[in-house]
Amino acid sequence: MRLEARGIRHRYAGLEVLGGIDLAVEEGETVAVLGPSGCGKSTFLGIAGGLLQPEAGTVVTTGAPPQGCLNPLTYVFQDFALLPWRTVEGNIALPLEGRLEPQERAARIDEVLARIGLADFRNAWPRQLSGGMRQRVGIARALAVRPAILLMDEPLSALDAQTRELLLEEFVALRAMERLTTIWITHNLEEAVRVADRICVLSRRPARIKAVLRVDVPASERGQPRHAATLRGLQEQLWALIADEVRAADRELEPEHAPEAAHG
Amino acid sequence: MAERSLPVPFRGGGFEPRRIRHAALVSFCLLLVVWQASASLGWVSQLTLPGPLRILDALWAMTASGELFRHLGASLYRLIIGWSLGAVAGLALGLAIGMSSLARSVGIPMVSALFPIPKIAMLPLFILWFGIGEPSKVATIALGTFFPTAINAYAGVDAVPRSLVRMAQSFGLSTTAIVRTVILPGALPGMLAGIRISSSIALVLLVAAEMIGAEHGVGAMVLQAGNLMRTDRLMAGVVLLSVLGLLVSAVISRLELRLLRWR
Repeated sequence: MRLEARGIRHRYAGLEVLGGIDLAVEEGETVAVLGPSGCGKSTFLGIAGGLLQPEAGTVVTTGAPPQGCLNPLTYVFQDFALLPWRTVEGNIALPLEGRLEPQERAARIDEVLARIGLADFRNAWPRQLSGGMRQRVGIARALAVRPAILLMDEPLSALDAQTRELLLEEFVALRAMERLTTIWITHNLEEAVRVADRICVLSRRPARIKAVLRVDVPASERGQPRHAATLRGLQEQLWALIADEVRAADRELEPEHAPEAAHG
Repeated sequence: MAERSLPVPFRGGGFEPRRIRHAALVSFCLLLVVWQASASLGWVSQLTLPGPLRILDALWAMTASGELFRHLGASLYRLIIGWSLGAVAGLALGLAIGMSSLARSVGIPMVSALFPIPKIAMLPLFILWFGIGEPSKVATIALGTFFPTAINAYAGVDAVPRSLVRMAQSFGLSTTAIVRTVILPGALPGMLAGIRISSSIALVLLVAAEMIGAEHGVGAMVLQAGNLMRTDRLMAGVVLLSVLGLLVSAVISRLELRLLRWR
């Protein structure tokens, strides 16, 4: 499926957060949305998936969802959003309940548990898991609904650097298999360069698209030393685009009474 | 000259509570022994404060005569009916306040205004409305348990992280499914806290109501014993109430362990 956001504007309590965003994400493409903290990246993602009502603009999807898709636009959250009173299996089952027959549901759960390497943890409580494992459960829950578009809201931000590296590798491998349309929100330049086909750079509030850069190295080869210089060059280019925005955003006061989604 | 090496002294530790096995049991037994000794040795008059053995005697005599069960039965009946009514109504209102903006706008000011009223002060009014029989006492207990249950229930709903609700919405779950799978389990710790608090309030109100207007019941028994200077029977009633409180607390603890094992 393809997703297109047209003229998205949004404000919280009189404060303009998004100042008109036009972005199209093609089928099977991963687009990283990069911007300074608090610029409205997560707000944009909330609007893209229908969790927030924009003040102006529309989001449209084109194309048919894959077979067995239960939730075309599916989020993976920064804070994992796992139900602490459900086991790993229970969390993955949540979006399948009432939609699939018990046998089919069990088969899907087994499939994603095996794919994400969680089979040994199916009866564990979220509190027993490391941050990385919790996010794997979040990803498994998202994959269980066979989504058409993945909306990743800073999925690695709450993790330590080493776990982040592991999950990045796993996502790149997963992407090679699934070719899911993905919007990946991040403020991490390296992460954006590692996962994305294109990187959309946002300005500080009110966020507008400052530049869109293409990553020409295939995602599966980005770990190889021969591409290191190219990717480093791209990171430097991104930093040059974003540095002044980050400096200016760093000196801004947080908006009063802004909802959680206004940050990021 | 070579510089001296000094070991870094340990400055941490302490301030961490640790469990000392049997400390509670031993100190409780010690207290009983001192109490009994002071009664047996005549340090304290048995009329002022009877010793544990004398209280046990009184308890045994009341058990043998069936008097104890008559009082206990009457109290349990009022406690169970009043507490159930108050807790169910409190849970219903609390959950409604937690989930509906209209119920919140109407309910919170009303609960805030009525909660501070000492509920036992309403008993005379309830006696006028319902008569001196059971309904007035049950209504007092129900009213007393209603408020803490309601407040804790809506605080429990408020404590459910909004990110979990958003997650459920993002998967397209229906409102009913969100309430069933996210709100109610998330609010359960708050609801159980309300039930725990209201249980002790129910016990206090039970005794107070029985002291004001009842022939049977542990509260009435304690008051009658006091009037007749039968401090052994009075203390037997107090022991009975303590055991009742402990039992209710133990049942709620078991319930919490079972329902909140994910914590």
